[in-house]
Amino acid sequence: MNIPAELRYTQKHEWVRIEGSKAYIGITDFAQHSLGDIVFVELPEEGMILKAGDSLGVVESVKAVSDVYCPLSGTVGEVNRALIDYPEKINQAPYENWMAVIEVTDPGEVDKLLTPEQYEETVKNESQ
Amino acid sequence: MDNLLKTPLYELHKMQGARIIDFAGWALPVQFSGIIEEHLMVRTGAGLFDVSHMGEIVVTGKGAVRLLDYLLANEISSLENGIIRYSHICNPNGGVVDDILVYRLGIEEFLLVVNASNIGKDLSWIKSYAYGDVEVEDVSGTTAQLAVQGPFAEGVIQKLISDKIAGMKYYSFQRDVHIGRHRCILSRTGYTGEDGFEIYCSQDEASDLWNLLMDAGEEYNLRPAGLGARDTLRFEACLPLYGHELSEDITPLEAGLGRFVKMDKRDFIGRAALKKQAEEGLKRRLAGLEMMDRGIPRTEYGVFHKGSPVGFVTTGSYCPALQKNLALAIIDINSSEIGQVVEVDIRGRKLEAKVVDTPFYRRSVKT
Repeated sequence: MNIPAELRYTQKHEWVRIEGSKAYIGITDFAQHSLGDIVFVELPEEGMILKAGDSLGVVESVKAVSDVYCPLSGTVGEVNRALIDYPEKINQAPYENWMAVIEVTDPGEVDKLLTPEQYEETVKNESQ
Repeated sequence: MDNLLKTPLYELHKMQGARIIDFAGWALPVQFSGIIEEHLMVRTGAGLFDVSHMGEIVVTGKGAVRLLDYLLANEISSLENGIIRYSHICNPNGGVVDDILVYRLGIEEFLLVVNASNIGKDLSWIKSYAYGDVEVEDVSGTTAQLAVQGPFAEGVIQKLISDKIAGMKYYSFQRDVHIGRHRCILSRTGYTGEDGFEIYCSQDEASDLWNLLMDAGEEYNLRPAGLGARDTLRFEACLPLYGHELSEDITPLEAGLGRFVKMDKRDFIGRAALKKQAEEGLKRRLAGLEMMDRGIPRTEYGVFHKGSPVGFVTTGSYCPALQKNLALAIIDINSSEIGQVVEVDIRGRKLEAKVVDTPFYRRSVKT
């Protein structure tokens, strides 16, 4: 299972890449693998103000519907519209195909995210 | 997975990288390479399914025909040896106890193939009506079933059998067919909307038979397929799934399966209720829906017409071969005309769909 060292993670299998005040958010390799063929993605609206833990969108595979949660509070700056027509990109490259960018309002929240090591533990426990 | 029932192929599936899930108490492979890939493989080539979880009940004796004609909505007395008939076991209200296949093995000998989740219920239902010279035996525990499905299925099977099978009709079977050193029932049936075969053998022969089929299928690129693809395939072809399109509360007439209900034969359980329903006209029916807005309808989502509830989705999915988001739904007859625009409540948002003709997919038949 691929868990890049430069990213931060959540218990619910989102990944976060911090670039200045921006946070790129997607779902992890473990998440896409568990879901199987992804056939539908629902994205948030640009400009939406979200709190950490709010719904960021939905990812659906042939058999399952999975909510994606916003790991950090902030404003939705941009969404990855390419996923609307090509949701399978998430299966192909989960860490390149972010779903949304959040303009982070509370940088302190970043410290609460899981480190790659902590996320690896989470995955290990769930795979058992 | 430890407390689940396992088919004789469980270990083999795990070795082949299957993802195993709990399906009605059985540990079964939901997918091998991926649902979409397996789905398309069956539409264009051939796939091999382990469906050993299905139930098999043998009914024998002088009273067998009489019993089955009373329990089933389809006619059994006219069924010829070597032929298979799809039928419903109905309750007195016309709802469905189970939908099954009936194989006529002999004059007084029948094989019933029933849904895995209904084996216990069916068995006690059938036994409660079986009196006189008739025996009812559950052979599910000793029987395995493999299915080869897809346009290349005939080629795969032919490689293993000396007799020509090209002339074998759909919904017919042959008994005592030798595949390798195994004696099987070879049945030209399936649950995918494609041509195909289902093979019944004893459980201890299943893994050897699986390997024989995989080897014979190599030149046809035969690959294992899981329950996930089986479900999307049957859904695209609009073949009903018990517990979804059919249930104790949904009659065969409402599900659009009236051609399997023979009102004119001897009395059977549910006949009076079904006859009344037919005479009064259906108040709701199973209809196909195609999403116009973006969204995937799922089982039990509500269907609305101008804001008022008119029914519910029985199965909904993205359809890999058609690349559309489709649903089967039980809806009010007045909202079920082809082309009618309705709304499906997808997690709180009412999204537009239109009523379309079924089946969504129909294979082209060789002429």
